[in-house]
Amino acid sequence: MKIDVMNLVHNYGRYRVLKDISFSVDSGEVVSLLGPNGCGKSTTIKIISSLFKPVSGKINIDGKDISEIDPTDRAKLIGYVPQYFTYSNFTTVLETVLIGRTPYMSWSVTEEDLAVVDYALRCMNIQDLAERQINELSGGQRQRVFIARAIAQKPVFYLFDEPTSSLDLRHQIDTLATMREIIHRDNSGMIVALHDLNLALRYTDKVILISDGEVYDAGKPADVLTPKAIFDVYGVKAEIIENDKGRFVLAYE
Amino acid sequence: MTDERKMPDEKTMQDKTSINNAYAKMQSRKIAVIVVTVILLILAMIFAAASGSVYIPPSDIIAVLLNSVFPGITDSAVNENTAMILFNLRMPRILLAALAGVCLALAGAVMQALLRNPLVSPFTLGLSSAASFGAAFMIVLGPLVLGALYKSTVYLFGYTLSMNSVLMILSAFVFGWMSVSIIYMLAHSRGTSQSIIILSGVVIGYIFQAGLLAMQYISSDESLRDIVIWLMGGMWGASWQAVIILFPIALICFLLMEMRAWDLNTLSAGDDVAKNLGIDVAKFRIQGLLIVSFGASACLAFTGVIGFVGLMAPHICRMVIGNDNRYLIPCAALAGALILVVSDTLARIVLAPVELPVGIIMYLIGGVFFIYLIVKGRGAGLE
Repeated sequence: MKIDVMNLVHNYGRYRVLKDISFSVDSGEVVSLLGPNGCGKSTTIKIISSLFKPVSGKINIDGKDISEIDPTDRAKLIGYVPQYFTYSNFTTVLETVLIGRTPYMSWSVTEEDLAVVDYALRCMNIQDLAERQINELSGGQRQRVFIARAIAQKPVFYLFDEPTSSLDLRHQIDTLATMREIIHRDNSGMIVALHDLNLALRYTDKVILISDGEVYDAGKPADVLTPKAIFDVYGVKAEIIENDKGRFVLAYE
Repeated sequence: MTDERKMPDEKTMQDKTSINNAYAKMQSRKIAVIVVTVILLILAMIFAAASGSVYIPPSDIIAVLLNSVFPGITDSAVNENTAMILFNLRMPRILLAALAGVCLALAGAVMQALLRNPLVSPFTLGLSSAASFGAAFMIVLGPLVLGALYKSTVYLFGYTLSMNSVLMILSAFVFGWMSVSIIYMLAHSRGTSQSIIILSGVVIGYIFQAGLLAMQYISSDESLRDIVIWLMGGMWGASWQAVIILFPIALICFLLMEMRAWDLNTLSAGDDVAKNLGIDVAKFRIQGLLIVSFGASACLAFTGVIGFVGLMAPHICRMVIGNDNRYLIPCAALAGALILVVSDTLARIVLAPVELPVGIIMYLIGGVFFIYLIVKGRGAGLE
């Protein structure tokens, strides 16, 4: 399947946050959205998730306008993972992840729902926490619970709005590596907003570099993330180092 | 390192039983809590039917009930007078208390879930103030505007009723429900985020409070007394008509919300995630508020202002049964009924023959029980 983002324009009040954003994502791809704070990454992700409508432009999935798809069917295509999480106390991890099954159920939980939840918990390596209360967990554990909820939703495309920002190094790497494995194996797709250029270099197949509401460049991470591009977009001097472990960005000023 | 990570494979999942067991364990615990609440409610109702100025032994209560359902199956050793007290006085009162508890607790539980805020209840959203204003409005202005009509009687459901109480009930209901409709109109034009709805509710409450104060200020001594009694709330207005009107309302409101209990769970993940999961959040929030406030206004119209149950019954249940609304809603409704039946009965018998306002007992017992739960550590998730 394919998502086409076509000429998105959006305003917050009188401030034009998206000037013209176009790109496309195929299933099987992990795509990172990069760019400084306020450049429009989150807005783009929210528009693709149909949380609000853009001022102009549209999103097509396999050529079909996303705003014409029934919300429950859309929920089976696109799974959104926000930057900040909301949850209620007195809820177990199992119950929280089950919420991801909403598009597939109305009242009763089936064996299949539980099997999918079990799979999602194992993907995030939190199966032992299933019966724990969500408010008793650490911030990092909780974040993995919410990612498991998105996996339980079984969407074709995952949209992550910097969801790894509050994870420690180990869990950031684990989460991205696991998601990449799921995407490649299930031939699903993922768009993830990231701040860490090294994570983008290592774990994503394609980067879309956004600057001030417009696409600065898009393509393979190694091609797009050059010292010049980093300076133009972030205003930071950087060096690209390559060794036997891969390519790394060292930003220094 | 990351390459060594073992990815679970969906197809060859070995150990599915553990999650099924974990889920089954959670659900059976919740069902057990609901069953216990039902038993407690039945016991409380029998206790309430037995106690009062005339003690009726539970065996007689059961005999009378059986006899009314299957006439002639038991020979009625119970005298006519006992049956009369039971049928005409105690049963309507017990049922009114139970129905009011159901509607108010249901409203509280659903409002708290819809708005993801532990502090909302029919009280905080201005509904009680609006209903009070409605009642006071009719008590004070009814006689002036309607004149002789206000003092007349109407014939409804085979009973002769005084026009003034019918009008007061109608007015309280209409204003109570209207407050939520006003919130709807405000929110409709300005987005349906929780904070806008909650703030609108609080502010509308104040506006009706101003109207209520004005009514009290201009009222005669006699109507002031009527207003104060209404504001205290109680089951004084119990009658079979009230029960017959409220029962279907409570049942329908409950079923409508229970059917969408899973969507209430989904809402706990936040508006954005709920939208992404296919819920029309704005529409659901407004529909839900209108449904439960319909039930709550209908009850308040008969009972006057009853606080606490709407706010606390859902909290107490949440601590015991968890936040899955499929179980929390019925549990809260039953617990609301239990709290009101017990409180009303104690209010009748503690200082008999003097009757206390039900609030005095309920706020005390409920408050102490809530503190007990917190001290026992069940409130750990409240922060």
